[in-house]
Amino acid sequence: MQKMKLVVVGNGMAGMRTVEELLKIAPDFYDITVFGDEPYPNYNRIMLSPVLANEQTIDDIILNTREWYAENNIALYTNARINKIDRKNRVVYAEDGTSAPYDRLLIATGSKPFMLPIPGKDLEGVIGYRDIKDTNDMIETAKTHKHAVVIGGGLLGLEAANGLKIQGMEVTVVHKNDWLLERQLDNTAGGMLQKSLEAKGLNFLLNKDTEQLINDGNGRVKAVRFKDGQDIAADLVVMAVGIRPNYALAESAGIYCNRGIVVNDTMQTYDPRIYAVGECVAHRGISYGLVAPLFEMAKVCATHLANFGIGLYKGSVTSTKLKVTGIDLFSAGDFMSGAGFEDDGREEIVLHDAVGGVYKKLVIKNDKIIGSVLYGDTADGSWYFQMLRDNKPIHEIRDHLMFGQDSLGNTGHQGQDKAAAMTNEMEVCGCNGVCKGTIVKAIQDQGLFTIDDVKKQTKAGSSCGSCVGLVEQILASTLGGGYAPPSTSKAICGCSEKNHEEVRAEIRTHKYLNIPDAMRGMGWRTANGCATCRPALNYYLLSTWPHEAVDDPQSRFINERVHANIQKDGTYSVIPRMYGGVTTPDQLRKIADVADKYAVPMVKVTGGQRIDLLGITKENLPNVWADLDMPSGYAYGKSIRTVKTCVGSEFCRFGTQNSTQLGIDIEKAFDHMWAPHKVKFAVSGCPRNCAESGIKDVGIIGVDSGWEIYVGGNGGIKTEAAQFLCKVKTAEEVMEYSGAFIQIYREEARYLDRTVHWLERVGLDYVKKRVLEDAEGRKAAYERLLYALQGSVDPWAERVAKRNEHKEFDTITV
Amino acid sequence: MSNWVKVAPFEEIPKLGARVVRTKDIDIGVFRLEDDRIYAVNNSCPHKGGPLSQGIVYGDKIACPLHSWKISLVDGKAEEPDVGETACFNTKIEDGIVYLELKD
Repeated sequence: MQKMKLVVVGNGMAGMRTVEELLKIAPDFYDITVFGDEPYPNYNRIMLSPVLANEQTIDDIILNTREWYAENNIALYTNARINKIDRKNRVVYAEDGTSAPYDRLLIATGSKPFMLPIPGKDLEGVIGYRDIKDTNDMIETAKTHKHAVVIGGGLLGLEAANGLKIQGMEVTVVHKNDWLLERQLDNTAGGMLQKSLEAKGLNFLLNKDTEQLINDGNGRVKAVRFKDGQDIAADLVVMAVGIRPNYALAESAGIYCNRGIVVNDTMQTYDPRIYAVGECVAHRGISYGLVAPLFEMAKVCATHLANFGIGLYKGSVTSTKLKVTGIDLFSAGDFMSGAGFEDDGREEIVLHDAVGGVYKKLVIKNDKIIGSVLYGDTADGSWYFQMLRDNKPIHEIRDHLMFGQDSLGNTGHQGQDKAAAMTNEMEVCGCNGVCKGTIVKAIQDQGLFTIDDVKKQTKAGSSCGSCVGLVEQILASTLGGGYAPPSTSKAICGCSEKNHEEVRAEIRTHKYLNIPDAMRGMGWRTANGCATCRPALNYYLLSTWPHEAVDDPQSRFINERVHANIQKDGTYSVIPRMYGGVTTPDQLRKIADVADKYAVPMVKVTGGQRIDLLGITKENLPNVWADLDMPSGYAYGKSIRTVKTCVGSEFCRFGTQNSTQLGIDIEKAFDHMWAPHKVKFAVSGCPRNCAESGIKDVGIIGVDSGWEIYVGGNGGIKTEAAQFLCKVKTAEEVMEYSGAFIQIYREEARYLDRTVHWLERVGLDYVKKRVLEDAEGRKAAYERLLYALQGSVDPWAERVAKRNEHKEFDTITV
Repeated sequence: MSNWVKVAPFEEIPKLGARVVRTKDIDIGVFRLEDDRIYAVNNSCPHKGGPLSQGIVYGDKIACPLHSWKISLVDGKAEEPDVGETACFNTKIEDGIVYLELKD
């Protein structure tokens, strides 16, 4: 079958990103031809400023080499400007006479610098700042000329000015407004920025309107004249007053444009065969000039070009960073406040240290962050931005908010705030041994823009995940404005567009009871999912429809499939239950006998108060279970693990409550319970808290008058102290309250969320509303948990009894 | 010289699952896809030797149980950007019995 022809007009970041996304999902769908009017293959335009500042070279910023185009069978025409689209015959024509027919056309013509319509704008020495040619022009001019004037005190203008200064020119920045970067900063931060740039040797003229550029008599600019009559010398004038979408080609072909090529949410233009992405489009009336939205568009557009017909682009919230070395600046969202903004309920939190050069402002409305400006210390920029994008209520952390994520009082290894201070040799990912330098190099050399890319290419953050925050910071600081944190409501995996919440809702509404039906019903893209979505779906089905949904062992991770924990050498560990951490001489004898009989290489006491037999072969698992004759401890599952207890009032001279007995009762009542992730309980008999209830999913502490219940603690990757939920009088109430909490978590959290992650998202108030304020709801949730656990059996005993049916454990010898 | 050995009745290999065949040198994982195609690869991940047969089968791939490398059951190659390859073996089904071709 003949392939369809895709022609791409525009060899820049948006167009090529779309092609890359397309090749990922439908590599053989099209014959692809690309036209670009520059002489280079696709390069990273946002890195032009570091090139001008001598921090990188042109070769460093090439994203796709000519070899890449050849390897992917893409016909690349450089120096080829398309000047005509014949829509009727579906052919494009280049100025040099080259033509190419298309079945689908992708327009990604980007934008043009806006040149002020003033006398002298066409003189030699007057340029915009857009591409490699402009950058080279500036570098060359700096070798022979002295005075540079940059018109425009926006991001691009300041980066150009900084670069020209480094190239050795005297630089004056002319700006129309009262302060620099008025679209990114408020006047305080703008003033601070100006001061630090002046310290670097730049000059500023604010509130200045340019009237004309003056000819030196030979056709080159020699001065800039302002409306107030003042003249300043200028051998080079860089216009950085804004960009305009470059849509002349599309408009001349009769495609509907309105200050940009008008596209719908699928990035399709009014001609259904023609798509457009990047800075040339007007989406819902907005044209974007930053790279992050372009990549979101590219992703959506690629799915439609591949005929998947999924994915909608709904616009972007953007954040910016200034790429001037030594100056930290971050802004996002709607950050204006104060005079003129009092009436619409905006509040601001400000930290201002004029001498130390730190300024932070958060703008809050209806309990949510709507904007932020950070100057001098931007370490928490992506944290604030994430909350802004997620519309996260902030009242619970409001008093700490300004002091950053590290101030929330937890210890651990999450790594925020550290990226900038790290040297290249320092290790970021302790699991995979990846250093900061390796990550930075991969981001620059391979043109990485997302956390997922970095994880894939470097492995950093791909194992335990504790360093992802740090990796994200490195990514953000390396990319500057190119980085957009992923939204937290992302799709469950590459097999579907739907996020976890949507999947859960559809399983409930349509009553899917098995994975194939669920996948068919929800339009899964792959025949049988992947190792990410299948375990999640299996859990969602079982937790939504207990006793009805079909458990699929092949969609469970090996540990849950064989009810033991796989070790690095392929052997397994066996941990029998010891309810509440209490054992007997008889149990210990049995364990000792098994350890002898199977020559168990290691017998270890676990952190969960039980005994681990390590190094059991898979074939021997059923034999070991049979000999032990003890129930499974579920030490391998996304399930109830242990209930850790202290000695309690039976023996302890301080004990106020019988914590041991309550622990045993809880572990028995909730035995066999699957959950989104592992669930750990602890019960302490007095506030000395010997069972460490403060770092458990549910921690219970006995006091003289009853029991305190804490939830959402975690002693793992990042230590999180559990939060106080309530105090109750009786052991029965402890069961009901903690059971209801766990059941709501089981029903609503995303697969692989620990309780702390779920709580972080929904907030403790939500849980209080469901568990404390709604007595009937609490009782019903607890009943649902008991119903789900009804009739559950010990998986070890079951497999021992049905040994012949479980061929899983038998090796075939030939 | 062909060196076909009998493995097991087809139905004793679970759909989207695998069985381990122990030969004199190595263990071989014999996998059954959703469409009942049977593939066999060396039961050792090119990454750190994880027992591939214990992973999750999807499409024509296996996710290693140790560190989730994705290995193609068709050609034994690791999914990019990981680099590595494990040996593949021919299989056939005759009269409902799965056979495996060992290498000399």
